[in-house]
Amino acid sequence: MKGSLRFIIPLVVFLVLAGFLAAGLKLDPRAVPSPLIGKPAPSFALPRLDDPNATVQRDTMLGKAWVLNVWASWCGPCRDEHPHIVAFAKTKQAPLIGLNYKDKRDDAQAWLKQLGNPYDLSLSDLDGRVGIDFGVYGVPETFVIDKSGVIRFKHVGPMTAEILQTRIVPLLKELNG
Amino acid sequence: MARWLAFVTTLVVSAMLSLAHAKEAPPVAADPALEARMQKIAVELRCLVCQNQTIADSPAGLSDDLRREIREQLQSGATDEQVVQYMTDRYGDFIRYRPAVKGSTVALWVGPLVLLVGGIGVLVFALRRRARMAPDRFDPDAEDDEAAEGAR
Repeated sequence: MKGSLRFIIPLVVFLVLAGFLAAGLKLDPRAVPSPLIGKPAPSFALPRLDDPNATVQRDTMLGKAWVLNVWASWCGPCRDEHPHIVAFAKTKQAPLIGLNYKDKRDDAQAWLKQLGNPYDLSLSDLDGRVGIDFGVYGVPETFVIDKSGVIRFKHVGPMTAEILQTRIVPLLKELNG
Repeated sequence: MARWLAFVTTLVVSAMLSLAHAKEAPPVAADPALEARMQKIAVELRCLVCQNQTIADSPAGLSDDLRREIREQLQSGATDEQVVQYMTDRYGDFIRYRPAVKGSTVALWVGPLVLLVGGIGVLVFALRRRARMAPDRFDPDAEDDEAAEGAR
């Protein structure tokens, strides 16, 4: 009995440790859980990218579930996710608003012209203050906001077809249903 | 001659040092007291872009913006706690190098102590058991001796 315990204890310790390490491999150390999920989206009033004199506020968007995609022309991964964003926009599931984060207006407009503009409209966050309010730390980021203006989902990093299909589309169906 | 060389070397080295300093994020506020308070808060906050640096050290654009935000809030009369709360509201406990003790962070604070006490416990237990063992248990086994001989 004593002899077998001598082998079993290290084995158990090893398995527990291996379990923790295996779980750790799957975690993304760069993914920061947002404290904003389940909370009302921060209020903002920002000029439109295409028309700096027109302002859009958070409350303009109340009454429908919508998607906010934070992007910038200087952001490489935004280029990678762009086809997925275009594909999503074509499904017309929800209004898609771009938050043009810390960009130059001309650069941003040239970028949209070159790659295609999937957004219903884009907002200019020139100094990144609204980005800070949304807890943005790595462009691109994507938020789903419900009818009452509560943030329901956030994805940091380039959008993928998988996340659209498994998370965002079902969530929008639920919110619109 | 040697003196001259030493002098020139000192000059060059100090010039290089000051250049190296110039590359760090320069404090821009005119008010040194406010800048000191900003620094004190910023060294407690994690840069979310380069996660092993503090907001005080980080050259990332976001850290620049967050330092500006801290400065402006302090200028408008916010307390240090209010500024930290503002950051935590947006970026979560993760932004703090020393997060508040609460349900979700208690393992972080108590975990190392538990491991330390547990480790000492196991050590004490093992040593006491050894102390009670008969001395002949510590004699090398005959088999081991033979194996060692064979290896030689």
